[in-house]
Amino acid sequence: MRIPCPNCGERDRREFYYQGDAVALNRPAPDAGPQAWDDYIHNRDNPAGETRDIWFHEAGCGAWLVVERNTVTHAVHGATLAGLVKR
Amino acid sequence: MGYSGFRVIKEGLFGQKGWKPVWRDPAPKAEYDAIIIGGGGHGLSTAYYLAKEHGLTNIAVLEKGYIGGGNVGRNTTIVRANYFLPGNSEFYSHSLKLWETMEQELNYNVMHSQRGLINLFHSDGQRDAFARRGNAMINQGDDAILLDREGVRAHLPYLDFDNVRFPVYGGLLHPRGGTARHDAVAWGYARGADQRGVDIIQNCEVTGIDIEAGVVKGVQTTRGAIKAKKVGIVVAGRSGQVAAMAGMRLPIESHVLQAFVTEGLKPVIDHVVSFGMGHFYISQSDKGGLVFGGDLDFYSSYASRGNLPMKEHVMDAAMTLMPMIGKAKVLRSWGGIMDMTPDGSPIIDKTPTTGLFIDCGWCYGGFKAVPGSGFSFAHLMATGNHHEPAAKYRLDRFRTGVGLMDEEGTGSQHNLH
Repeated sequence: MRIPCPNCGERDRREFYYQGDAVALNRPAPDAGPQAWDDYIHNRDNPAGETRDIWFHEAGCGAWLVVERNTVTHAVHGATLAGLVKR
Repeated sequence: MGYSGFRVIKEGLFGQKGWKPVWRDPAPKAEYDAIIIGGGGHGLSTAYYLAKEHGLTNIAVLEKGYIGGGNVGRNTTIVRANYFLPGNSEFYSHSLKLWETMEQELNYNVMHSQRGLINLFHSDGQRDAFARRGNAMINQGDDAILLDREGVRAHLPYLDFDNVRFPVYGGLLHPRGGTARHDAVAWGYARGADQRGVDIIQNCEVTGIDIEAGVVKGVQTTRGAIKAKKVGIVVAGRSGQVAAMAGMRLPIESHVLQAFVTEGLKPVIDHVVSFGMGHFYISQSDKGGLVFGGDLDFYSSYASRGNLPMKEHVMDAAMTLMPMIGKAKVLRSWGGIMDMTPDGSPIIDKTPTTGLFIDCGWCYGGFKAVPGSGFSFAHLMATGNHHEPAAKYRLDRFRTGVGLMDEEGTGSQHNLH
């Protein structure tokens, strides 16, 4: 599995730290209530197929990326800087 | 018909013609008292104990593939009760006791071998942690012996004791730990459940769960609709997809864990050995293959296969711990789909839908839990009350933060276990 970092080009999976589902970008308001926070921290769609998750280019440029990939085939479709997605 | 030494000899004399399939292949009925979704180890043991302990025999196990074809036939077969935290400790202790009587009870040879498990430690701090764990195990009524360096050497002379980075300081021996023949466990429970009238329906994938006004009414399958008053979801790595049919999102992310086996060798590794610092563990099967594995690949996956970096890491760890393994040739490797929870501990609970129950989140440790999970889940489904040894495996612990069981002490979020 190789991940195309927008800054560094296609790099070995070993350079990246896996954070988890891209739901992490949708932080609820502090007073959103326990259910919203449970959904944000714990509950997952856990798709068998296309997914979006967050990887940190730990041994590279240090960017946080949103990676689009397939959990069944391990195909990686692309990666975007998380800062651009978040905005 | 039962199994015995006499029977083996008799069948040998008459051309092995007397062996028959040990469970039926029934068509699904229109309605059951209870349906178990998932014919893995946990689903089959649930059905068995529903029939045996609670007299519920009008039940079906629905399996989308074939019996023994999922994680129960893809694991590294380790059976142990060396947990530390309240909640896990009593559950795995109960499960190990069920293992110890399983073969007689099922009249089925699952090759349960209590060869002893040794967790190695490599520093003074780790020794303290393992001494504490051993005390917790003894307090639970299980067995643990703290071995010093020479004590480990008497059992495992082949280790690299003077490794520069991880010298062996000692180990925690759990004599009742060991291994079992994994798919025989599935076959034994399938046979036992079938003998008590349970319908085991293979090649039957659940495609929907029927819910009316918050009450479960049955399931839709590739072999038609089936009604049921109670439905239990026991589908391991596929928990997310099946729970979605009931409108639920679970605190579960499915990850890949790889395992490896070498060519058959003469007996060389007598125990189960775990090397925590390298995320490596190993045992030798009765066929002679060295069976070993490491940590998760650490990304969500349903591929049933992993990537090369983790293979390399596992081989590195093996060579660090026991350089002799470099002479062995790896025969094959594979990956399993692990239903990972944020705190690394499982869930056996009711759901918000009346009559719908769920047993999931076994992470990479489900095999040893097969009897205990089935026993406790059957208790919950039959009586509506949580079975005492599994009473802390609640779904709402993540929302409330009360009762989280983070055995590794690494935190309670998805990418940490």
